[in-house]
Amino acid sequence: MNEPQKLPVETDEWTALKAFTEARIALGKTGVSVPVRASLAFRLAHAHAKDAVYSALDTDALMQALAPLELPVYWLQSRAEHRDMYLQRPDYGRQLAPQSAEALREIAAQPADVAIVVADGLSATAVNLYAGTVVQGLVQASRDQGFTLAPLTLVEQGRVAIGDEIGHLLNARMVVMLIGERPGLSSADSLGAYLTFAPAPGLTDERRNCISNIRQQGLPPAMAVEKIMYLVSEAFRLKLTGVALKDTTDTPPILPAGPDAGQLS
Amino acid sequence: MGMNYACTIRGFTYRFQDLKTLLAKASPARSGDGLAGVAADSYEERVAAQLALADVPLRTFLNEAVVPYESDEVTRLILDTHDPVAFAPVSHLTVGDFRDWLLADAADTETLRQLAPGLTPEMVAAVSKLMRNQDLIRVAQKIEVVTRFRNTIGKKGQLSARLQPNHPVDDPRGIAASVLDGLLYGSGDAVIGINPATDSPAATAKLLYLLDGLRERFSIPTQSCVLSHITTTIQLVEQGVPVDLVFQSIAGTEGANASFGINLALLQEGYEAGLSLGRGTLGQNLMYFETGQGSALSANAHHGLDQQTCETRAYAVARRYNPLLVNSVVGFIGPEYLFDGKQIIRAGLEDHFCGKLLGLPMGMDICYTNHANADQDDMDTLLTLLGVAGVNFIMGVPGADDIMLNYQSTSFHDALYVRKALGLRPAPEFEAWLHRQGIMDTDGNRLFTGSQPQLYAGLFSE
Repeated sequence: MNEPQKLPVETDEWTALKAFTEARIALGKTGVSVPVRASLAFRLAHAHAKDAVYSALDTDALMQALAPLELPVYWLQSRAEHRDMYLQRPDYGRQLAPQSAEALREIAAQPADVAIVVADGLSATAVNLYAGTVVQGLVQASRDQGFTLAPLTLVEQGRVAIGDEIGHLLNARMVVMLIGERPGLSSADSLGAYLTFAPAPGLTDERRNCISNIRQQGLPPAMAVEKIMYLVSEAFRLKLTGVALKDTTDTPPILPAGPDAGQLS
Repeated sequence: MGMNYACTIRGFTYRFQDLKTLLAKASPARSGDGLAGVAADSYEERVAAQLALADVPLRTFLNEAVVPYESDEVTRLILDTHDPVAFAPVSHLTVGDFRDWLLADAADTETLRQLAPGLTPEMVAAVSKLMRNQDLIRVAQKIEVVTRFRNTIGKKGQLSARLQPNHPVDDPRGIAASVLDGLLYGSGDAVIGINPATDSPAATAKLLYLLDGLRERFSIPTQSCVLSHITTTIQLVEQGVPVDLVFQSIAGTEGANASFGINLALLQEGYEAGLSLGRGTLGQNLMYFETGQGSALSANAHHGLDQQTCETRAYAVARRYNPLLVNSVVGFIGPEYLFDGKQIIRAGLEDHFCGKLLGLPMGMDICYTNHANADQDDMDTLLTLLGVAGVNFIMGVPGADDIMLNYQSTSFHDALYVRKALGLRPAPEFEAWLHRQGIMDTDGNRLFTGSQPQLYAGLFSE
């Protein structure tokens, strides 16, 4: 009987070094190429990221999660009409579609302390997973601390800066924007939170604070709520957000919003 | 201002009010030019612009600045350092004739080497817009730009790789693990170069000592670099930290460079700081520059210019400082500038061709982000095309997945693939080291014996 033929895949002797890094080291080889298992693992990670980029907000589930809060909820659209336009025209994603802006004007909202805005960003998957819980926590904590709340808004094809236009139209002193972050191969479901004091159209990154990597394996939603509320209180005390507002609590750090914060605003 | 450029097609006359409008409208389609509002409005208008551009004499580019001379130091650099003697062989040509001249057999390696100082980036960007991908490959293939620090990079038949061992929190053991993986897969002859997670001088110095200690201990004929801001690097040189290469991201207008916190005087200062150390053993090419289409628009400093012409102007900045390595980070900027694999591949070939024609040692970070409409198949295509075109170096990232910068590039395996597929070799001094260490055989096959245990004992024993 013939010996079964040995497969040509060669493993690397230094697989123990994987303990020191998440990088894709010690993959082994066949010829000079990556073995099939490692090759497919990469494809799967990329598939998760791509699916997240093209994912859509789960309307029913979000409405269900927000209903018990007894706040009006408005669905809004940016000027980006579809995902490919959104990806090519970041300027459109930062502006409300005319009919959405008009709808907010018609509300003639009473002044409020905090407007919570939720947008799909680059990962509606992240929003579908975590935004309901985070919004519930923020509403509860805001009420406990005596902050008044503007109506809730959900935005399709939105970028970070659209929150400032919405907060402004809602007559809010501060906006908390929850948005899906650009997916990496290791995490396709990160939610980001961006805070702007005195929101108005045209503000830029240095006027915002960002809390990144909100997800079960990163900064869990309950901890994220605490961090956001800490910043909200500090922002009202100092009457500002942005580079001058620092986190003095424990890690993970709160970053000034910037190009490295994961979300392309 | 400027002359009027026009082209009549089927009785309709397209007019282009100035040279920069003509260049922008003639650019092959890409999302960033649409975002800037400078792109052609139709397929026909784009070709009309290309037809009009083909008739523009090359001399025009010496007389009509696309960014004002008075207000932009990059324009002043370009025009003040132009070499009319080197330009003479093509000074009578139009852009269209120049394309044909470049492809002719008479334009050989030596001819193109002598021509480089006579070309401005705008001439080079212009001719690239009339060229198909195969033209960009064919002409680039004829050019040879060789640079040296501790090894010899860029000779025909060679392909080097930057070993990019990034880690999200700069953990020394995590970085060392990736360095080891890369060396054992034959990468690292262009540079072992870390993008630091923070720009703190102390953290950067620590990483430089780590890499330098490793290189010394195993006598690796290569150079190291931590890609911090040039001001940080200058400070570290003054403190006596072992700096091999001086890195900086650069762009093609004074305004875009200002957004990076640099200007030409600062680059000169960094270059002289690097030279003062005299650390190169085979040569003193020690600057490392990165660029990328879209950076000028991103900084709102594009002056109505298309992104590819802006990019090519960055190469005029680079060549001032005799760099060891220059690479475009082609797909990093995102789909609002280069939407998909097709646009990234085109831009990669343009950047490589334009840099080489201007005399630069061009490499490429063949890459994309997850929101671009691209995948590893597109990277394989561009990698193979650039290998044929004679790219000096590519990136080697473990498994092509950069866990710090969160984008996908090319891997150590990819470098081995393109070397095998096209018969290319590492830098000769590094290749000899790979043989001595028992990492590779003389056919470029990776071995599984040799001094590998010593290598990782050496790395992790500190």
